[in-house]
Amino acid sequence: MNQLFVNIDWAEIWTATLDTLAMLGGSLLFTVLLGLPLGVLLFLTARRQMLEQPLLFGVLSFVANVVRSIPFVILIILMIPVTVLITGTSLGVAGAIPTLVVGATPFFARLVETALREVDRGIVEATQAMGASTRQIVLHALLPEALPGIVAAVTVTAITLVSYTAMSGVIGGGGLGDLAIRYGYQRYQTDVMIVTVVLLVVLVQGLQMLGDRLVVHFSRK
Amino acid sequence: MIRFQNIHKSYLVAGKDVPALAGIDFEIAAGEVFGIIGHSGAGKSTLVRLINLLERPTQGQVLIDGRDITALPDAGLRDLRRGIGMIFQHFNLLSSKTVAENVAFPLKLAGLRDAPAIKARVAALLARVGLTEHADKYPAQLSGGQKQRVGIARALATEPSILLCDEATSALDPQTTRSVLRLLAEINRELGLTIVIITHEMDVVRTVCDRVAVLDAGRVVELGPVAEVFLHPQHPTTRRFVLEAEHVDEGEQVDDYAHVPGRVVRLTFKGDATYAPVLGDVARNTGIDFSILAGRIDRIKESPYGQLTVAFTGDGVDAALQQLAARRITVEVLRP
Ligand SMILES: Nc1ncnc2c1ncn2[C@@H]1O[C@H](COP(=O)(O)OP(=O)(O)OP(=O)(O)O)[C@@H](O)[C@H]1O
Ligand SMILES: [Mg+2]
Repeated sequence: MNQLFVNIDWAEIWTATLDTLAMLGGSLLFTVLLGLPLGVLLFLTARRQMLEQPLLFGVLSFVANVVRSIPFVILIILMIPVTVLITGTSLGVAGAIPTLVVGATPFFARLVETALREVDRGIVEATQAMGASTRQIVLHALLPEALPGIVAAVTVTAITLVSYTAMSGVIGGGGLGDLAIRYGYQRYQTDVMIVTVVLLVVLVQGLQMLGDRLVVHFSRK
Repeated sequence: MIRFQNIHKSYLVAGKDVPALAGIDFEIAAGEVFGIIGHSGAGKSTLVRLINLLERPTQGQVLIDGRDITALPDAGLRDLRRGIGMIFQHFNLLSSKTVAENVAFPLKLAGLRDAPAIKARVAALLARVGLTEHADKYPAQLSGGQKQRVGIARALATEPSILLCDEATSALDPQTTRSVLRLLAEINRELGLTIVIITHEMDVVRTVCDRVAVLDAGRVVELGPVAEVFLHPQHPTTRRFVLEAEHVDEGEQVDDYAHVPGRVVRLTFKGDATYAPVLGDVARNTGIDFSILAGRIDRIKESPYGQLTVAFTGDGVDAALQQLAARRITVEVLRP
C-alpha cells in the first residue's frame, strides 16, 4: 500500500477534500438562493404566464444564455477582478466561490424554470380559481408541486459544481482539483491524481444517490 | 344570480381574431342547476370561465347579483373567486398534498389560521363527500371518482354560493358519473347553491339540471327547462344531442315504420301521467288499435316522463288524439 502510493500525503488530501466540500457547500447554497428566485422570475415572465413581461424575460433569458455559453475556465479568468472586489482574494476557497456561483446560477435557474413548467397548468388554474394571489400560487402551489423537479435540479447543479471546483484548481482555487493538477499533472505523481479522481467520483456518486432518494421521497405521483 | 350581458369573446390566434363566443345573453337563477351543453369547441369552457373571470370577455359584462364583475379590482376579484367553487375534468388536485390538505387549501389561501376550525371544517366536508377514511392519502392513491369527490369537497370549503363544473364527469365511468351527479344534486338541495354544469352528454343534463342552454359555435341556440328542451328539441344541434342520448341514429327512425300501417304519432307523457293507464283507456273509449313502435320511460331530474312512438289504426283515431291531448299528453304526428 505504502509502496504503491509513495507520493501521497494523506493529511494534504484530507485538507483538499474539506476545501472541495466547503467550495461545493458554499457555492451550492448561494446558487440556490439566487437561482431559485431567478428561475421563478423566468417562469412567471415568460409568454402566456401570470406576469408575462416579454422585455424582462428577454433580458434575463439572454444574460442567462450568455453566461452559460462562456466556458467555465474563461469565466474564472474573467471573474478575477470581481472576486477580488467581493472577497479580497482570488485564491483559495473564498476566492473560488463567487465564480462558481456565477457559473452555476443561470444553469440552475433554467432547470428551475423547466421544473415549474412541468407543473400541470390545471393546478395553477384551480389555485387561481380559489382566489389565490400570484405570490400564493408560487409559494403554495407551484413550488410544492415542482419540489421533486427542483431537488433533481439541485442534484445536477451540485454535480456540475463538483467538476467546476476541480477546474478552479487551475488558478489555485484549492481543493481536490488543485491537488490533482499540481501533483498529478505538473509533477507526474500519477498516484495522487488517481486518489483525487477516485475521491471526486465517490463524491459525485454520493450526491447523485442522495438526490435520487430525496426526489423519490418528495414524489407523490 | 348570474347574468351574461351581450358577451363576445375572441382569441388572437396567429394574428387573427377567432371568435369563441358571439353574443351570449342569458341569466342563471340563484339556486338552480343549470346545464350548458355543446360539442367540442362550442365555447362551453370559455363561457363558464367567464363566471370567475379565468377568462375575460372581449365585449359585454358578466353580472353576479347585479354587480358587474368585469369591473372589479384585483382584490375584489380574489374575494369574488372565494365565493365561487370550481371542479374540473382532470380534478386538478395538488399531488404534493394529502386529501385533507387539498380540502384545507382554499381555507389557508383565504387566510384562515385557526387550525382546529380548519380541521373540523375539513372533517365535515370529507364526511359529506364520503371520504373520511381517505383523509391522509395522496391524490395518486385515489380512483377517479374519489378524486372528483375531493375536488367537490375542496370547491365547497369556502362555502361558495356558486359551483362551476367543467366536464366534471367526463373522465369517469357511467356508474361513478351517476354517483358524482347524485352528490351534486344533494349539495344543490341541501346547501341551495347555484350549480353550473358544462357537459357534452345529454344524460348528465337529464339527471341533474333544471334548465339547459345548448351552445353551438359560440351561440346559445336553445335554452329552457330540461324537460322542454329534451322532449321537444327545436334546433338541429339539440336534436342530435337527444338522439345521441337515446342511442338512435338519425334517419333510422321513420324509415323503419314504412311497412307499419296506420297513423304514426309520438306521445310525450310527463309527471304522473307517465304511470297512468292512459293509452289503454283511450283505446277502449274510442275503439281504436295501437301498436308501440318505440319508446322509453325515464326520469328528468326527479320527475318521470315517457315518450312513445305509436301507430294508431281504426276509425276513432282523431277522437283518440283529442282525448290524449285533453289528458295533457303532447301529441306529435310523425306520419299522417
Ligand atoms: N387560449 C385559447 N387560445 C386560442 N383559442 C382558444 C383558447 N381557448 C379556447 N380557444 C378556442 O375557442 C373555442 C372554444 O373553446 P372552448 O374551450 O370554450 O370549447 P369547449 O366547448 O369547452 O370544448 P371542449 O368540449 O373540447 O372542452 C375553440 O374553438 C377553441 O379552439
Ligand atoms: Mg372545455
